[in-house]
Amino acid sequence: MSKRIYITGIGMISAIGNNVPEILTSLEASKTGIGEITLFPTLHRGSLPMAEVKLSATQLLNLAGQNGSQQFTRTTLLGMVAAKEALKSAGIDAVDTWKTGLISATSVGGMDRTEHFYKEFLEDQSKGRLRDVINHDCGDSTERIAIELGINKLISTISTACSSSANTIIFGANLIRSGKAERVIAGGTDSVTKFTLNGFNTLMILDKRGCHPFDEHRAGLTLGEGAAYVVLESEEIVMKKGKQPLAELTGYGNANDAYHQTASSPDGTGPFLAMTKALKMSNLTPAEIDYINVHGTGTENNDLSEGIALERIFDPVPLFSSTKTYTGHTLGAAGAVEAVISILSIQNGMIFPNLQFSTPMKELNIRPVTEVLTGQNIRHVLSNSFGFGGNNSTLIISKPTYSS
Amino acid sequence: MGCISPQPTLDNKSFLEETVSVESSRMKAIGPNYKEFIPPEMVRRMGRIIKMGVAAAKTSLADAECQLPDAIITGTGLGCIEDTEKFLGNMIRNNEEFLTPTAFIQSTHNTVSAQIALLIKCHGYNFTYVHRGFSFETAILDSLMQIESGQAKSVLLGAADELTENSFQIQSRMGYWRQKPADNLKLFEHPTKGTVAGEGAAFFLLHEKKNSNTYAVLQDVEMLFRPDSPEEVISEIKLFLERNGLKESNIDLLVLGRNGDIRFDSIYDSVTETAFPGVPTCNFKHLCGEYMTASSFGVWMASRILKNQQIPDMLIIGKKPETLKHILLYNHYQGINHTLILLSQA
Repeated sequence: MSKRIYITGIGMISAIGNNVPEILTSLEASKTGIGEITLFPTLHRGSLPMAEVKLSATQLLNLAGQNGSQQFTRTTLLGMVAAKEALKSAGIDAVDTWKTGLISATSVGGMDRTEHFYKEFLEDQSKGRLRDVINHDCGDSTERIAIELGINKLISTISTACSSSANTIIFGANLIRSGKAERVIAGGTDSVTKFTLNGFNTLMILDKRGCHPFDEHRAGLTLGEGAAYVVLESEEIVMKKGKQPLAELTGYGNANDAYHQTASSPDGTGPFLAMTKALKMSNLTPAEIDYINVHGTGTENNDLSEGIALERIFDPVPLFSSTKTYTGHTLGAAGAVEAVISILSIQNGMIFPNLQFSTPMKELNIRPVTEVLTGQNIRHVLSNSFGFGGNNSTLIISKPTYSS
Repeated sequence: MGCISPQPTLDNKSFLEETVSVESSRMKAIGPNYKEFIPPEMVRRMGRIIKMGVAAAKTSLADAECQLPDAIITGTGLGCIEDTEKFLGNMIRNNEEFLTPTAFIQSTHNTVSAQIALLIKCHGYNFTYVHRGFSFETAILDSLMQIESGQAKSVLLGAADELTENSFQIQSRMGYWRQKPADNLKLFEHPTKGTVAGEGAAFFLLHEKKNSNTYAVLQDVEMLFRPDSPEEVISEIKLFLERNGLKESNIDLLVLGRNGDIRFDSIYDSVTETAFPGVPTCNFKHLCGEYMTASSFGVWMASRILKNQQIPDMLIIGKKPETLKHILLYNHYQGINHTLILLSQA
């Protein structure tokens, strides 16, 4: 495929900052967003950490430029903040005549409010405020963000668990390549909820000390919340507008592990296939990848499977780290969150470390970057996102060769 | 194709020769013996939407004599709500203690396409769209792009949504369903507020090449978000047909997403009377009920009509068309998600 896909804007909110500049500052300072649970009452407060956006519902409403008259879910508000920043960073004030779409991801949608509704509804089916459940479905946040941004064509939502927002970037790029769109705002948003916290807890994959990806003594992941979006634009827009793109999306691939609903295969089949597809599309050799932003959840199973797949493809494995040690695992937002961090690596010539690492895994011969590295010439970053249902996605993001 | 719906639709040898009517605002899908499709130890644990999806998917693969598609692309409006409710209910009732993971694992929105991949060992591209009345249509768009770009030669495309007692109650309180239950087959005879709730799963094996078994050509799809007026829909239909080299007069049959709700059906009248005078129409929601991916049932029906080159008498409204080359499906969900799907004779 010949058409290039440029990334011309980024926006993000997470436990390490409410916008991209704040996030960069935290990344440079190795400052994690993982801490105590404060947002909602739960049995697990004090025993399980989380990476929360430290903003109350009202503060978040203000940041998203909304008043309280409409009922927005936390997922929607997080998404609005990041999507608006992405458009602003792309220098788009109002959506213009270019065919623009919004493809957003979420794993739980409006679950944060459904939990309130359901409590009363369970006792009496005529109880529970309907306005707390009407925004439950995944499409709700996307539509509200689209209305806020003034987008009325090509609106859709993807939910493939933890690879969801990497997949919005893949679908967005395909829309541009096929000519269906000229610009796509792609990314995802997820708020932390009691539902996901307890869900992952029943799987016994939440690390009480905060996640330690790729560490021999890792004991699980740490949940986070946030939203991130990238603005994908066609080569034509970039050339016509004489824009300086932030990065180029040079490759991507999605494959299915088809091994188990939640566990990854021991030989890393799905991750191997996703990375191989992405490399093939980008026409890059494994040796040309300068940095890998791994999925690296910190679960015993993921890191082993991903690590094995890395060793099968790369010799030697390039510099890599899991930035989930900063942001927590933001589920449906994770792919876009890590795409934004990968772009920050390219822009700033920096690699942000895998915090909380001490002991290499005995099955592997690799160890992640553990200190902030500066002055790096990062031309190509490979970013992995893997989800339940064996859904494996890889993005390759490159330093733009085009300059205005 | 494989279709599980409130009608007996899974047997591809017959086509709506029998129809089921219920005196209720809720239509339940007729499930087959799932053990014929899924290993018994898995059937017990699976939520209903997963079983429906897997059985419909496997039926469509067998019908197409395809063992392994290159990609699996699905749409679902609400996903696995039975498992979501189960986990949420247990969590609240037991105050976050004594929970087991199965319902949580299966509550993930992509479980249907993931379970299909797992059962048939499909390592290919696997996407799930979850956007209200655009869920199935985005899956179509992606499927067509996968085939047109050469990334896939065959795609297993599908949609599934399930109705639970709780979701029925909640949506009933929102005013979606008829307060007075009436015979679903007479849904359009007494238009009133509310419609009948439905559910189902429909799967289609798309292939870049046609063969003697091919039902229809899935030409194109368009999604309109909150169009301002019937005029806007009409002009979008014009553009949509134009880009496929067609005019309104080339459409032999309209398949419409009418649901008998007076708040939502008038736009179907405006569009058909203005843009398609004299063109026969078929409705489908009196057979499958209303749900976010109900248009997948409409596509199943339109595909059968194109292959049989015949419209069942109970469905057709208007004069029998002389030819059956092009069918346009127009549907909208709650007046927000309007969609157009073009199907042609193979």
